[in-house]
Amino acid sequence: MLVLVVDTSTPAVTAGLVEVTDAGNQTRAVRVTINARAHGEVLAPNIAAMFDETGVRPSDLAAVVAGVGPGPFTGLRVGLVTAAAFGDALGIPTYGVCSLDALGAAASGSGRVLVATDARRREIYWAVYEAGVRVGEPAVDRPAEVAARVGAEVQYAVGDGAHKYADVLAVPVQQEPRYPPVSALAELAADRILRRAPLERLTPLYLRRPDATVPAGRKPVLQ
Amino acid sequence: MTDEPIVLGIETSCDETGVGIVRGTTLLANVVASSVDEHARFGGVVPEVASRAHLEAMVPTVERALRTAGLTLADIDAIAVTAGPGLAGTLLVGVAAAKAYALATGKPLYGVNHLAAHVAVDTLEHGPLPEPAVALLVSGGHSSLLRVDDLARGVQPLGATIDDAAGEAFDKVARLLGLPFPGGPPIDRAAQSGDGSAIAFPRGLTAPRDMREHRFDFSFSGLKTAVARWVEARQRAGEPVPVADVAASFQEAVCDVLTAKAIDACRSQGIETLLIGGGVAANSRLRAMATERAARYGIQVRVPRPGLCTDNGAMVAALGTHLVSSGVPPSGLDIPADSALPVEVVSLAEKVA
Repeated sequence: MLVLVVDTSTPAVTAGLVEVTDAGNQTRAVRVTINARAHGEVLAPNIAAMFDETGVRPSDLAAVVAGVGPGPFTGLRVGLVTAAAFGDALGIPTYGVCSLDALGAAASGSGRVLVATDARRREIYWAVYEAGVRVGEPAVDRPAEVAARVGAEVQYAVGDGAHKYADVLAVPVQQEPRYPPVSALAELAADRILRRAPLERLTPLYLRRPDATVPAGRKPVLQ
Repeated sequence: MTDEPIVLGIETSCDETGVGIVRGTTLLANVVASSVDEHARFGGVVPEVASRAHLEAMVPTVERALRTAGLTLADIDAIAVTAGPGLAGTLLVGVAAAKAYALATGKPLYGVNHLAAHVAVDTLEHGPLPEPAVALLVSGGHSSLLRVDDLARGVQPLGATIDDAAGEAFDKVARLLGLPFPGGPPIDRAAQSGDGSAIAFPRGLTAPRDMREHRFDFSFSGLKTAVARWVEARQRAGEPVPVADVAASFQEAVCDVLTAKAIDACRSQGIETLLIGGGVAANSRLRAMATERAARYGIQVRVPRPGLCTDNGAMVAALGTHLVSSGVPPSGLDIPADSALPVEVVSLAEKVA
């Protein structure tokens, strides 16, 4: 079953076409553009380029898989609304995967791994994985807080957030994976795709509330 | 006619997720999901709150519009979307969705200007727009006077607000008077029983010197402050605030300036059609005053019904069918959401390589 994969939870604007079968998955095409400010411009042309490159037509798709974050909001929404619109237009199911889970599943070192992506505002989105499986819930915190809480129990770290704050985290950082890989995103949804699970509403993992404060009393204009 | 193009339009420039479907100049569907209730307690639209709501509402709103029109995506000839101006984060949700719908269905994409769409929507109610026309667009985010020579290609700015938008002034004065957000409808209602000449509030940028430099520009910040000073002085004196009279006098000041400058624009350009659009065009006093004043000079006023004045997808679709019919080339999949899209750019044409 041919699947469109998108993830826009990091500066890596990620798209892929993956053939998912009972016997395993085969990645047919991948387009990754690293640009934290161009998710909206880059994603659709990259998907179109994959169609051109492979000769795949949209109507050949059987499902859409989207990384649901956590990630910076504006970019994250580009991938999710793209996936949702593709699913709606083609009448095919959409499945969500926690973007950190894709990094955790692709991490190949031994022992527990800290997965961290850049949350901006000097914070990271993070979770801990053991044998590719998440331990606990994804969270957003300052790197120093994360180091204090789980620094002693993890053997290494992956993800662009780990690279950026390597000195604060004080954990060995593996070069790859740095961003959620297409193959891992597809694999984490493969079971649902193959058993044709009901479509899932793609709910973003924002982990932060909108910045908005209810205004206090109005300031008088008379002195 | 069966050869008229059918366009699905998507609008997310502020707090309304709008999806409309138009065939030629015939409205087939106009579905709006608004997040306005979520913004009320903040006293204004919170961009991140609106963006989150757009993501949730996008696909269900497209589906409702198609059901309303009795169509499927296969029946649609093109997808149009507001590419700007507007809130950057909210625009992006609509633009990304429109690109995905266009790519998945193989339909052309048109990234269009929100202000030109406010002009185009009138064709759904009153037929083709006589050109040239002057358009007065007034909403919570915009207050502009435009000269429209060709709705598909030629829109020129004559003037715009130099501070607050007219709708913003309504919101702020409503808050001052203890009326709910958004402020336009409650002020319009309160003003019905008030005297518009009770308080002489200032008319911004109408002094002789301002008329040289800012003849077709607007300013509502000073008016807003004048209302605040007047109300506070009453409160400090321990006197009751006559809400109806304040609302009516404020509304009179806004409508006086808007209509005077719009008609001056028509007369100075020798143009006989004035189109009024945007959320503030739903104001009953503005509609009445514009019609009455324009009649004195033989100027025809066109104002769409209130449901088409506020932000919606039908206006985007209406501009879309006009662009398709006019042979304007579609946009590429790489177009940005441009929060400051200049009004002259009616649609984002495909980049020439």
